[in-house]
Amino acid sequence: MNTSWNCTLINQLNLIIAMPNDKNEILNEITNSDYKYGFVTDIETEFAPKGLSEDIIRYISQKKEEPEFLLDFRLKAYHRWKEMKHPRWAHLTIPAIDYQDIIYYAAPKVKKGTSSLKEVDPELLKTFEKLGIPLEEQKRFTGVAVDAVMDSISVKTTFQETLNKLGIIFCSMSEAIKHHPDLVKLYLGSVVPYADNFYAALNSAVFSDGSFVYIPKGVRCPVELSTYFRINAAKTGQFERTLIVADEGAYVSYMEGCTAPMRDENQLHAAVVEIVALKDAEVKYSTVQNWYPGDKNGKGGIFNFVTKRGLCKGSYSKISWTQVETGSAITWKYPSCILQGDNSRGEFYSVAVTNHYQQADTGTKMIHLGRNTSSTIISKGISAGFSNNSYRGLVRVAKKAENSRNYSQCDSLLLGDKCGAHTFPYIQVENKSSIVEHEATTSKISDDQLFYCKQRGIDTESAIGLIVNGYAREVLKQLPMEFAVEAQKLLSISLEGSVG
Amino acid sequence: MLLQIKNLHVAIEGKEIIKGIDLIVNEGEVHAIMGPNGTGKSTLASVIAGREDYEVTEGEIIYKGKNLLEMPIEQRAREGIFLSFQYPVEIPGVSMANFMRTALNDIRRYKGLEPLSGSEFLLKMEEKKQLVEIQSQLTNRSVNEGFSGGEKKKNEIFQMAMLEPTLAILDETDSGLDIDALRIVANGVNKLRRPDNAFIVITHYQRLLEYVTPDFVHVLFDGRIVKSGKKELALELEEKGYEWIKKEVSAL
Amino acid sequence: MEILNQSFIDTSFWEEIFSQHRSIITQYDTPWITQMRLDALEKFSSLGIPDQSHERWKNTDIRKLLTKGWTFQFKPPEKPVKVEDFFLCEVQGFDTLLITLFNGWYTYKNAPLRILPDGTVIGSLRAALVEAPEIIENYLGQKADFSQNAFASLCAAFASEGFFIYVPDGVQLQKPIQMVNVVNYSEPLLMQTRNLIIAGKGSSLQLLHCDDSNNNEAAFTNSLTEIYVGEGATVDYYKLQNINDHSVIEHNAYIYQEKQSLCNTYSINLHGGLIRNETYNYLAGRHSEGNHFGLYLMDKNQQADNLIFVDIAATDCMSYALFKGVLDDYAHGVFNGHILVRKDSQHTQAYQSNRNILLTDKALVNTKPFLEIYADDVKCSHGATVGQLDKDAMFYLRSRGIDQDNARLLLMYAFAAEVLNRINIPALKDRLDDLVKKRLRGELSICDQCVLHCKSPEKPVVFDIDLSKI
Ligand SMILES: Nc1ncnc2c1ncn2[C@@H]1O[C@H](COP(=O)(O)OP(=O)(O)O)[C@@H](O)[C@H]1O
Ligand SMILES: [Mg+2]
Repeated sequence: MNTSWNCTLINQLNLIIAMPNDKNEILNEITNSDYKYGFVTDIETEFAPKGLSEDIIRYISQKKEEPEFLLDFRLKAYHRWKEMKHPRWAHLTIPAIDYQDIIYYAAPKVKKGTSSLKEVDPELLKTFEKLGIPLEEQKRFTGVAVDAVMDSISVKTTFQETLNKLGIIFCSMSEAIKHHPDLVKLYLGSVVPYADNFYAALNSAVFSDGSFVYIPKGVRCPVELSTYFRINAAKTGQFERTLIVADEGAYVSYMEGCTAPMRDENQLHAAVVEIVALKDAEVKYSTVQNWYPGDKNGKGGIFNFVTKRGLCKGSYSKISWTQVETGSAITWKYPSCILQGDNSRGEFYSVAVTNHYQQADTGTKMIHLGRNTSSTIISKGISAGFSNNSYRGLVRVAKKAENSRNYSQCDSLLLGDKCGAHTFPYIQVENKSSIVEHEATTSKISDDQLFYCKQRGIDTESAIGLIVNGYAREVLKQLPMEFAVEAQKLLSISLEGSVG
Repeated sequence: MLLQIKNLHVAIEGKEIIKGIDLIVNEGEVHAIMGPNGTGKSTLASVIAGREDYEVTEGEIIYKGKNLLEMPIEQRAREGIFLSFQYPVEIPGVSMANFMRTALNDIRRYKGLEPLSGSEFLLKMEEKKQLVEIQSQLTNRSVNEGFSGGEKKKNEIFQMAMLEPTLAILDETDSGLDIDALRIVANGVNKLRRPDNAFIVITHYQRLLEYVTPDFVHVLFDGRIVKSGKKELALELEEKGYEWIKKEVSAL
Repeated sequence: MEILNQSFIDTSFWEEIFSQHRSIITQYDTPWITQMRLDALEKFSSLGIPDQSHERWKNTDIRKLLTKGWTFQFKPPEKPVKVEDFFLCEVQGFDTLLITLFNGWYTYKNAPLRILPDGTVIGSLRAALVEAPEIIENYLGQKADFSQNAFASLCAAFASEGFFIYVPDGVQLQKPIQMVNVVNYSEPLLMQTRNLIIAGKGSSLQLLHCDDSNNNEAAFTNSLTEIYVGEGATVDYYKLQNINDHSVIEHNAYIYQEKQSLCNTYSINLHGGLIRNETYNYLAGRHSEGNHFGLYLMDKNQQADNLIFVDIAATDCMSYALFKGVLDDYAHGVFNGHILVRKDSQHTQAYQSNRNILLTDKALVNTKPFLEIYADDVKCSHGATVGQLDKDAMFYLRSRGIDQDNARLLLMYAFAAEVLNRINIPALKDRLDDLVKKRLRGELSICDQCVLHCKSPEKPVVFDIDLSKI
């Protein structure tokens, strides 16, 4: 295989972060800076050739030494994908994507048997530093997308020991496929089938890596689990796949962060996240999405086409999605809950910011199948510049989902008169005992609020940052503390230059 | 001379509201401005603070020797102008603590001072809260949201105490307050009086002036200062009512 | 004329029918109108009959209904119809100027066009095509863009008849104009009618538009109504639809508003196989206001499908929409609300609300209130709810000794009353109050009578409970 492309890297870090309890942290000042994650790391990388074919899929599968069932899964997905059409219904203008001009497999070359930080490629370590992951955390990270690194370092971390004791599995998808094939086989594709939609099918065919989490019966995961995603390579797509299974009575809070270098070209990110919550289990999934959004003129940026879905399989189970979406040129994303178990509960809290020429079409689906199921949707859209920001959501209450309840609140805030804010809720109710409520408002920051802030000596940009953060607070408070601070900064930064 | 207003004319949407005001405020002074509703008291306060909907058609305002009308709103604030709003606005989701810390540190940066650390800030906040007898936890309350009328006014004085302005304008901070709250507000003002700062107290009633003794009292009527005097003027006004002023003005 | 079922959803079928009957369809046309028909037909052909993949047709299968097979009547009846024989209008205290269509054709005693003393013209569109071509050419299809609407295009191609109303500048019509389309045909009939309503500068007009079945035979009405609301004019447009279970109404209304004008529409859907109303309200002038109210009470396998699209293209406009529905048995309610605030349409205030009550587990509601906003200084909101009668209110009523059925009725009535209370004609409001009560009690089976001409208006029901306290 030809590996002579420019230096590139896709990597993934599984971080286990203990959350600080210091409330005052939240008072941290809102910082000002440009997209500070836009650097490229120079690391030797192994590539597959551009394009997608059965051969490429076999190559990926073989590189990753996958069992037969997985190759099957990939091939089936690939053949279905070939027949599928790119979806057109979103309120988005998506330029044509040439799927044969993308590299589907790229991995940093790392020596097998790396046993300490010293042996990890120093460039990789620099990357972590630049990403603002402190050295302490670096020591704790349990893996880089390449299994070899993963294997050797993960066991050394203190948290990993704690997790092991509790029987919690937290590893890369590749590793899970090797070491826990039964669990993977049981749950992979059980929530997002390989033929679910265009991008899910593409992901199922070519997914590179991702995270796997299993929380055994009755276990509360004592720490926040976190994965950090980064696209580093040019002309490369990022297709990670995450699977989280919470067994009966288990609890886990999982966080995902992401960044990418600044490039003139658009890059495709098509991830799939599946969550299964069995009886009485609870999964909280938080995302701070900060892929490179493109420049002020709309050049470059990530196309973020993601399928995220959770299945509340058992009774009294609960899945909660929280997302802060500030990055990406185009976002197409609907983290959803299928409320199958009786009395199960789904939540969706979202802040989506678009500035300059960004486009976001995001929302959720709450599918009520079981009795007494409930769901809450809080969505806050903020548009600035020339951007378009849409909420699109489906609430469906099936005939058998008696006594179900949904409450949705979707607010949009407009900064400037060249952007757009749109709300597209779909509601379908098929029984008489359920109650569905939807409310939406659109507004702007009031002159009175701005005057009040400025009279106290606060400049316009900080005032907008403050007011916007206040507006989004209902969602931000759902985030684990450390993420909340990061998210607040991000909100202010993404709106920089949006007021003239 | 801290503030000098010269022949100020102000219009809103083409309608003249302030029709030629002259006023001089020196350091250490307290000026009371009284007058019936709708005569332009809040307009005057807003123009000094820099509100943008108002058009200054004539005249000038000199503050600390500089042309105030050229300064953006936040610069005026950083130069020490503070307005206690007649109707404080609610800002949902923004905690009082975060709001005040942003304001305080922005002002400090402007003055070339280091920002306060989290703990220094919290200490200062506790201290000033006591000044106006605020009990509630301001860290988790949004700016003015869910505050009662009295709480809002106390909150304005609290902010004044935090920001330590050179020129504070209190726009009907006393109205709607019960006697206890009025005493608290007045107390706050008196504690903040220094030889190097000044207050403009806009009020309807003589009531507040019993606690905060003014050096000068001005009566504003139909966009003009029609009468100025010492603190006794306030008493006379209270006694005779605004009808008296109206008659005097129309007699002219 | 019996037609093969499947062909009704083929565009080529309609093209063929058109060319077969072209000489009859176009016999009153000026060349300008014929050209307009041909353009519309071409548009229709490129669009096709919508299937359910179409965003606005997701929940309604119109193709299935079309393939039932229908008859056409391209010529007016030979003998003039005496409407009085079967049609009585007796609403106490309610005096209207009545014009009627029978099976889609204008019926008249005196003249196809009546000119009132104040200069108002009311009557048949077919006659207006001949007698007032200059007005027709200024307005017909000129203030409405239905180029993306298959049924409106189809109607524009075929329709030669309908209502025509012209109110000159400054005229305040004292009496409401009542337009009634009565259907009574021995075979399943498909009608296409087109209405043009022009309210001049500063005029005011109250319109009552009734669709009624007069027998139990299926009928398919595809109609297109254009309303032009001139500067400072006021138009109230009441649509009362009461057709039998086999019948279909596909109605497109395009409302164009000049500055400072006001238009209120009311859609009261009482009975029908499928009632589909699409209302496109274009606010072209500053300070204009378009409000839309709707009430649908459906049972059995009935379906009510209301679409409101408010397109705000000027500053300082207002729009309020309130649609409420009660769905019983297997009934299906669909609501599509869409507010579009165009760039620079500052100071817009727009609200939309859709509330539904489901009475059974077989009934179904789909609601989609969309907001699409490109201006920043606006106040817009929408809301949608689906639920049942308030349990607390139910308990309150029953604790006062009211039995469950009556309590239910009372609450449903209170629910509907919020819409009825918006009606600006007291006599009409009273009459509809009665009808709604009857409907809620299940007594109003589709009679062979129009909603407005029951011989004996029902006695008002007196409730000894203050509804405002609930
Ligand atoms: N934003 C505004 N737009 C239009 N008129 C205003 C506005 N604010 C104040 N006014 C008018 O200006 C006049 C003075 O108001 P104001 O300064 O609030 O009086 P006061 O504070 O003395 O009661 C009143 O007639 C009021 O109606
Ligand atoms: Mg005032």
